[in-house]
Formats: sequence, C-alpha cells, structure tokens
Amino acid sequence: MSAFVIRGERLAARKVGGEMVILSADDSSLFVLNEVGTAIWEAADGRTSLDAIADGVCREFDVDLETARRDISEFVTSLAGAGVVSLSEVERQ
Amino acid sequence: MTTSLMDRIRDRAFADSVPLAVHFDLTYRCNERCVHCYLDHDDHGEMTTAEVKGVLDQLAAAGTLFLTLSGGELLLRRDFFDLLAYARLLRFDVKIKTNAMLVRDVEAARIRDLGVRQVQVSVYSHRTEVHDAITQAPGSLQRTVNAIRFLSTRGLKVTIANVLMRQNAQDYEGVRALAAELGAEYTMDPTITPKMDGDTSIVALRMPAAQVLHLFKDRSLVGDDFCRPAAPGPVDDPEVLDALPCSAGHIACYITPYGDVYPCVQFPMTTGNVRRQPFINIWRDSPQFHEVRSIRVRDLTACPSCGYVATCTRCPGLAYMEGNMRGPSSADCEKSTLRAAAATS
Repeated sequence: MSAFVIRGERLAARKVGGEMVILSADDSSLFVLNEVGTAIWEAADGRTSLDAIADGVCREFDVDLETARRDISEFVTSLAGAGVVSLSEVERQ
Repeated sequence: MTTSLMDRIRDRAFADSVPLAVHFDLTYRCNERCVHCYLDHDDHGEMTTAEVKGVLDQLAAAGTLFLTLSGGELLLRRDFFDLLAYARLLRFDVKIKTNAMLVRDVEAARIRDLGVRQVQVSVYSHRTEVHDAITQAPGSLQRTVNAIRFLSTRGLKVTIANVLMRQNAQDYEGVRALAAELGAEYTMDPTITPKMDGDTSIVALRMPAAQVLHLFKDRSLVGDDFCRPAAPGPVDDPEVLDALPCSAGHIACYITPYGDVYPCVQFPMTTGNVRRQPFINIWRDSPQFHEVRSIRVRDLTACPSCGYVATCTRCPGLAYMEGNMRGPSSADCEKSTLRAAAATS
C-alpha cells in the first residue's frame, strides 16, 4: 500500500463533536466520519502515504498494523468511489 | 441530504453549543431599493477584506459548517470572489443570497468553480412591472432571470425566493412556473419584518389575512403537514413546554457588515462585535446569548397556554422587535390562526 490520498476540493467539511461532517457542493451528499475516519480524512493531504496513515492510526487507536492497512484501504476506496477523496500513486508537491 | 444524519449533527451541535450555521452579511449596500427591505443601504464602515477573512478563520475554528453569505447585494463588494474563495478554502458549506443583477456567465462560472452549493435569488413576480416596481430598479427582473439562466446552465442549484406582500400576493403561481422553466427550486415567504432600526412602517406591506389564508390552502405550495388545527386546550406535554423556541443563538447566529453579532438576521439584539472581541468569546460568554439560550417554551409569557403552541412557528426575533423576546410574535400568532383555518376549511 503506497498510494496517497487527497481530500476532494468540492466538499465542505467540519469536525462536529469529534466527527467529521462532509457535504458535497455538487449533489448535497452528506457523510459523517467516525473518529478513525476523521483521522484518516485529516491526514489525507496528498503527501502522507497510506502506509504512514496506517502507522498513525495504529499509534492512536487500538488496532494492529495489518488490520489497519486492510481497513484503511477498503475505507479510502469506498470514499474515492463516492468522490470524497481521490487516490494517487504520486506524492502531491 | 440524509435527514436523520443531519438531525444527528444538529443535535450534537445543540449539545455542544456549536455555531453550526452563520449568516454573514458582507455589505448592506444594494443596487435595488426594494420597498419592503429592512436595511439601511448606506455604508457605515463595513469590515475590510482582512477583517472578514479574520472572522471566517474564527468561525471555522468555532465549528461553523453552514455559511450563508448575503447582503445587501454582496456582489457589490469588489473583494467578493476573494472572500468567497477564502471561505471555500476553509471548507465552509456556502450558500449565497443575491439578486443576481451582477451575475453574468463569467461570474456564474466562478461561483460554480469555487464550490458554492446553493444560490438563492430573490424574484418578486414573473411580471416585469410588478417585480421592477418592488425593487425600484428598472430592468431588474430581466437581469435577474438572465442570471438564473447563467447559474443553472453552469449546474448550480438555484432557489428562487419569493417574498410575498400586498403588491405581488397574486403572483406566486407565476413565479413558481418561472422557477420550473428556469430549472430552479421555489420557496415563498409571506414574512415582512420591521426595519433593523425598529421602524415598523413597512409592516403595512404584509399580505392581508384573507390572502395568506388563500396561500395556506394551496397544499401544493405549503405541503400536507403545514396546516394543523389547534389543540383542544392548554398543552401540558413536557416535550413541547421544554422545547427550545428556535435555533437562533443555540447553533446559529448572524453577523452584520459592521461586525455586530446577533442571534439571527431577524433578531437584531447586539451580543457583541467581532471588531472588539473574538467571536468565540461573544458566542460563549455574552450575557445576551446566555439569556436567549435559557428560554424554553414554558418561559414564554403567553404561548404555553395557547392551543397552537405545539405547531406554531413563532419567531423570537419578531417577538423581540415587538418589545419582548419572551412574548408572542403577533405575525406568527396570526399565521397559526390561519394555518388552523386552512386545515379545517
């Protein structure tokens, strides 16, 4: 897992009560991320690799690295499918 | 938008006193002179670009997600697109309220590209002579309609806001048809509020009761749940009596172009000024906000014994402008009576 993840630009987002609330400008789709999802969203700057994000999640939450990598991969893939993030093999400059 | 999720977010914001929704007027200057307008259009020293950006920083830090930018006509600010870009950089969900007179294709494209989710445009009538007489700006309907076409063509979600008063009470069906033709949503509002300075002369423009009743009987306009008969007697349901009268001051507030912070645009009670104090200090510590937040329906002077209390859309701001924020809002008392009449006729 070496891809980078980047937050979508046409989205509004704010942390409310520890959960990230995300709203699409294009179709008003609403997403609410839990604490782990919020941590992943906040790290999705296009410069932090998914491996590094998994390391961070392991440090912050009670989960082993293999599980974290698998779950994060599934999670960001589903977010990318919804247009919330995009994935890139190239680090953002 | 998923309602249950949004309800959960609102509940969380209420519990944590987060200013989730802020209405920010960037200017009171305007290129129309609407006969019912509650604002003074002279510039008394509106906030600079840097000041507005500073306030936006503070709102983002305070947890504001929903940001309504309005005026006056906000496109009269030369820095409007700079401010809009900054607001979007901070990831606000931005709604713009405008008369759209200054929106051409290039402006529509910029608004779309910056990720604005909703644009609300005021249209008073589908008839030029009626709309332009209300705005007192010749050619304004044509310019506004052209702008809506530009906005819709660019894929923006446009809502036509149709404020109804004596002059245009008969025209709502025409404006609805115009909205449908333009691919816009339609919303109407028969509320005419006193001017911010307390002048109540424009209240005389409100639609007569018979016309409001006619409006409320149109289920295609107000929906099936809007009109309800009164409860048979005083309500003793704690869920009703312990309810908050409104979200103003709890999860929402309003900021003027001069930095004054009110609970709502219709609730002009100064709680502080962001030029003199950090926004969060006003939001958390102002005695006025504390007082507004302390009020429950059971604390209102007349409403707890009213048969309409469970369904009334009482506006505490209108009550405040009538002299007592715990008192009734006579305009909403009348609306409740008319909703009940519409339900039974």
